[in-house]
Amino acid sequence: MTAVPRYFSRTLLRSSIISLWSAVLFLPFKGLQASLMLFGVLFLLILLLTLAGTWVSPRLTMAAAVRERMHRHLPADRRYLLLFLLPALGVPFIAQNYIIDVAVLAGIYIILALGLNVVVGYTGLLNLGFVAYYAIGAYSFALLNTRLGLGFWSAMPVAVVITTLAGFLFAVPALRLKGDYLALVTLGFGEIVRITLNNWDSFTNGPNGIGSISAPTFVGISLVTLSAYYYLVLFFVLVAIVVIGRVQRSRIGRAWIALREDEIAASAMGVPSTMYKLYAVSFGAFWAGIAGCLFAAKMRFISPESFTFMESVLILCMVILGGLGSIGGVIVGAVILVILPEILREVQMYRMLALGAGIVLLMIFRPQGLFGGRVVSSRH
Amino acid sequence: MSLLDIRGVSKHFGGIRAIEDISFSLKSSTIMSIIGPNGAGKTTLFNCLTGFIKPTKGTIVFAGTDISGFSADRVTRLGIARTFQNIRLFGGMTVIENVMVAQHATIRSNLFSIITRTGTFKETERSVRETAYEYLEFMGLESAAEHTAGSLPYGAQRRLEIARTLATGASLILLDEPTAGMNPLETDGMMQMIKNIREMGKTVIIIEHDMKFVMGISDRIVVLDHGVKIAEGMPKEIKNNPLVIEAYLGKEAH
Repeated sequence: MTAVPRYFSRTLLRSSIISLWSAVLFLPFKGLQASLMLFGVLFLLILLLTLAGTWVSPRLTMAAAVRERMHRHLPADRRYLLLFLLPALGVPFIAQNYIIDVAVLAGIYIILALGLNVVVGYTGLLNLGFVAYYAIGAYSFALLNTRLGLGFWSAMPVAVVITTLAGFLFAVPALRLKGDYLALVTLGFGEIVRITLNNWDSFTNGPNGIGSISAPTFVGISLVTLSAYYYLVLFFVLVAIVVIGRVQRSRIGRAWIALREDEIAASAMGVPSTMYKLYAVSFGAFWAGIAGCLFAAKMRFISPESFTFMESVLILCMVILGGLGSIGGVIVGAVILVILPEILREVQMYRMLALGAGIVLLMIFRPQGLFGGRVVSSRH
Repeated sequence: MSLLDIRGVSKHFGGIRAIEDISFSLKSSTIMSIIGPNGAGKTTLFNCLTGFIKPTKGTIVFAGTDISGFSADRVTRLGIARTFQNIRLFGGMTVIENVMVAQHATIRSNLFSIITRTGTFKETERSVRETAYEYLEFMGLESAAEHTAGSLPYGAQRRLEIARTLATGASLILLDEPTAGMNPLETDGMMQMIKNIREMGKTVIIIEHDMKFVMGISDRIVVLDHGVKIAEGMPKEIKNNPLVIEAYLGKEAH
């Protein structure tokens, strides 16, 4: 019988610490009164949620059994496709332009996050400069389009090849490092690319950016309307989900995950570690290249400002929030982190604060990410 | 014709001579044990054989190829696979996935066939899965196939590591202390499994401290002490070798 009070006091302690920490965080911005209110609200909320959780969790196992059965009958990529495709197809019919606009952005970020997930989630290489590939993709596309007059469908493959090559070439020296050191070098690479774009006036037009990029066309029809563009992005999102899902459930994906789990054991199993890391980084850069092209063609204007370090952090947050290594999780993470700032537009100042607090709460309650867990390894 | 030929292999770490001028050769389908007190250089020798470290001097010839200086993954692809003293599984993957990773080098699927899911790809994946399952059965792990490798009990983890080395298709299997931390019953089971591996036509080298185990299973024994080979022979010969007794028990007082 002593177990119940001890459990209760532990819950009390935990919720008070968390809410106190959040209140202190808000103190310099909102003053004492608001912080106290936040403390009270958070404290009650966490307490109630935890207690409700203990009541709900045995009932949740039943739902998990149903889900398990679904898992067995549908391979992962098809399951995500179904869950994702039905609502996604309908968006332009029911939503206003503003929402379609946000959805297009979400699609681009989903592709980016799925690409980064290959590098960080599967292969376990922390990359803090992923935005560099996004920028290279966008700029290659913009330059090919404005300088050489290449259309969307001819500029895109070239831009994507350039981005993939850039990913490969950069990875050759960087992969001599591991863990934190690798993360620092990738961070440096992100900055190098942005600063180069910013200062190479004669080639990239510097901080003024590149404008008047032409809109994509499809069999002669200009995809200038928002809904048409939405379907174009949706198409690439679907391709990314299918291709990445299939590669994950193959010899290549298994080798990546093995490298993440234990590099020495992986090489003892005959996996050439450097080659497969290069493979992962280039494959990730490939998707960043596609996202970059879509971004440039959508905005019709790009400048180095869109490719800052915060952008890398945001993409990484999407991957972590949803759950490292899970395609479904990464999609949800990207959608949440694109929509959340739109909802919080009125309290602009506190957006980053809310994001930070959210990630800390996530690390306390669900360190494997919202949808992480067993899905981390390659499923069949 | 010997499968493995080690000629004058030395490894120096700075001024420390971890192993010095070691030579021996090994016939196919035999079990050899390497024994010796702690720090004798047994694991260093394993690391040289499997490409994890490059020997300072000497050559290692495996099945007619000089493999000294080859990278670890290349050595595995040529047919030498190993386990580790401190178990190294892919803890977050399932048991069967661990064995599927080990078949990496035995299959050839390119990116195109993976993305388009060609018939050959599906056929390959099915056979990879079946082969993995067979090796799990061989090591008595089939009931745990879908469990997470990290959640297995200790003895089962050791057996999974061995299943993995077998699945690489290697003809020479190196086991670094396969019975460490096992009870006598599990040790007996392990002895039988290793004998079964020899029956498959594979060659096994074992590092082991359990003398009863070593004497019961080995066709040949190599004894190392302070990085030098002090004896080699059949279990009977080793048991009565004065140099070996001295290395383990110290010199008799005069």
